[in-house]
Amino acid sequence: MKIGREESRCSGCRTCQLVCALHHFKENNPKKAAIGIRGEFPEPGRYRISLCTQCEKCIDACPEGAISKVDGIIRINSEKCTYCLACVDACPFDAIFTHSDFKVPFICDVCGECVEICPTKALYWKS
Amino acid sequence: MIPGYGGKILRVNLSENKITSEPTPENLIREYLGARGFIIHTLYTELAPGTDPLSPPAKFIIATGPLSGIFLPSSGKFQSGGKSPLTGGYGEANCGGHLPAELKMAGYDMIVIEGKSPKPCYIVVEDDDVRLEDASALWGKGSLTTEKLLKDSLGEDFQIATIGPAGENLVKIACISHDFGRQAGRTGLGAILGSKNVKAICVRGSKSIPIHDVEGLIRVARRMYEKCFTNPAFELWQNYGTGSVTVWANRIGAFPTRNFRSGYFELFTNLSGITMRKEVVVINKGCFACAMCCGKYSHTKKGDYDAYVEGPEYETTAMIGGNCALGDIRDVAYANYLCDEYGIDTISGGSIIAFAIECFERGIITEKDTGGVKLKFGDPASVFALIKKIALREDVGDLLAEGTRKAAETIDKDAIKFAMQVKGLEQSGYESRRAPAMLLSYMTSDIGAHHRPSWAVTHDLVTGRDTPENKAAKVIELQHTRPLFDTLGVCRLPWIEMGVPVSDYAEAFRMITGIDYSEEDLYHISERIWNLTRMFWVREVPGFGRQYDLPPARVWEDEIPDGPTKGGIFERDKIEAMLDEYYELRGWTKDGVPTEEKLKELGLEWVLESSR
Repeated sequence: MKIGREESRCSGCRTCQLVCALHHFKENNPKKAAIGIRGEFPEPGRYRISLCTQCEKCIDACPEGAISKVDGIIRINSEKCTYCLACVDACPFDAIFTHSDFKVPFICDVCGECVEICPTKALYWKS
Repeated sequence: MIPGYGGKILRVNLSENKITSEPTPENLIREYLGARGFIIHTLYTELAPGTDPLSPPAKFIIATGPLSGIFLPSSGKFQSGGKSPLTGGYGEANCGGHLPAELKMAGYDMIVIEGKSPKPCYIVVEDDDVRLEDASALWGKGSLTTEKLLKDSLGEDFQIATIGPAGENLVKIACISHDFGRQAGRTGLGAILGSKNVKAICVRGSKSIPIHDVEGLIRVARRMYEKCFTNPAFELWQNYGTGSVTVWANRIGAFPTRNFRSGYFELFTNLSGITMRKEVVVINKGCFACAMCCGKYSHTKKGDYDAYVEGPEYETTAMIGGNCALGDIRDVAYANYLCDEYGIDTISGGSIIAFAIECFERGIITEKDTGGVKLKFGDPASVFALIKKIALREDVGDLLAEGTRKAAETIDKDAIKFAMQVKGLEQSGYESRRAPAMLLSYMTSDIGAHHRPSWAVTHDLVTGRDTPENKAAKVIELQHTRPLFDTLGVCRLPWIEMGVPVSDYAEAFRMITGIDYSEEDLYHISERIWNLTRMFWVREVPGFGRQYDLPPARVWEDEIPDGPTKGGIFERDKIEAMLDEYYELRGWTKDGVPTEEKLKELGLEWVLESSR
């Protein structure tokens, strides 16, 4: 199962980011989410959703071998990570995230909390 | 530090180029909660009585509440406030979007701006780094253009509030714009920023907002979201937003039409939410954490115009559509765009334009005043021209920029009868000659004739559309409930439209802050705030009293000519009867001033001491 995106449905409310950070870090802080929302205004008036597609480009980019797929889902091993952020640069979807409170970057673990809460169904389960 | 808050108050003194911050006082939190409460308390205690709203000592405030920016439905609301340049009394405007979450994540509950910058500037807040930047290159530019330029230079993730040319030109119906189409529209607060040479406020925060009980909050918030998602009206609301009100308002004859002469616009189906969705809407646009995303982002194109705009909201459709008799949603959307870009409140703007058109019809103003434009109801060119003239203070626009009350008093002694305002603030989008509780709501709203503190049309449908009985108590109840949302820093729509009970918000407040307040405690604070805003009017407006709560004479002199409320009028003696009951239930004198006993009951005895 993967999480699908339908950007034309996204209202930019960021509830997905709130629930992501609460679920993973127990913090009310959309800046600590593993999903990105970016507005394009005033023209053409739409939101872009950045979310891991499991494409594996980051696995190839990581010089430490810290990124791998576990049960089909990309994981970053914080023991091996040296915070070089090569994965962030390599991601074609801007879907690996950082925050000044953490050294290790973070990425979607497909927990589905965002799918459950998304008020406009812009996020959905895709097999 | 109490959880749920940013923790600090940010102060910017532009004259002294001084930026400071202080911890948000715990007693301020416990007695006034946030947003609206913080604003009135700050104004009452810090602003010298009689301060000119457009002078350097005047204050402009943006404030968040304890629920702003938190995981619960529609927590993206902030209040802006100051002494109103339009009314001279308490000025406050509510706005949705993403700014309040960002401000709290930067560590601030409120920004208080005073003084005057020697040259145009914008304020940048990035966590603890707060600075003033030169805005000379932005001065004169539209609100939407300015926001785009600032995002391009600072970063897309900055949340920005701007003024347009109207604010710069001290137009007294100037608004503050945010998030490409959301406005703190009412009471002319954009002019305060203009008077201080502040073009924009840009905020980016990175910190987590502390929560007292995270698991408890998640539990309550999920329940609240679920109530929204499972409400039968959820889909309707998401598809059409406030536009769904247009058809209903016409069917009950409450749609302001041709300067509130009628309550029914014959072309209303052209302005309905369904038409709007079909003709102009591009996407749904939500405020922070919003369950419903009532915002509609639109693209309007016709003849020689082509523009992107958020809206029109119901209020804009009512005030520019019905009230100026524009029967094409594309024209209404384009007028909305012009108001947004120039930085004009669409409610006051629509009202003043309709007033000007009626004056033109009556020969009170002529082509000599309008720079050759023949003003007509139903003519988009008249509306577009007047928006620009007001924002740039050209021709009669210079006078209209002072607001309907001042314009009426200046141009004709009888024009005040059809200047549709109370306390100097133009009435928003509900014709109320056959909606007495709504009329009383407009009369007694604490910023002037606005529907936010109390909206009571459905109560009128149930309790009688022509009788003054059983109206005052409901209006008071609403005036304590609805502004509570503006104090907590959340949107009231999940409550009023999706049935999320106030008790859920009270529970969320406890989970977030750890302060053990009941729903009743919150209402008590709301009443305290309401009485303090009233005392601000008493202090600031010489001779303030009962006559300031009266609507324009059109309400009791001019019968509604057509539509479902045809023949409707609300007599003066019934108006006085409603006011008598309202004052008595509030514990105010017959002149509408809170009694010593009432102030003491609310813990406001210090107001008496300070006024002695």
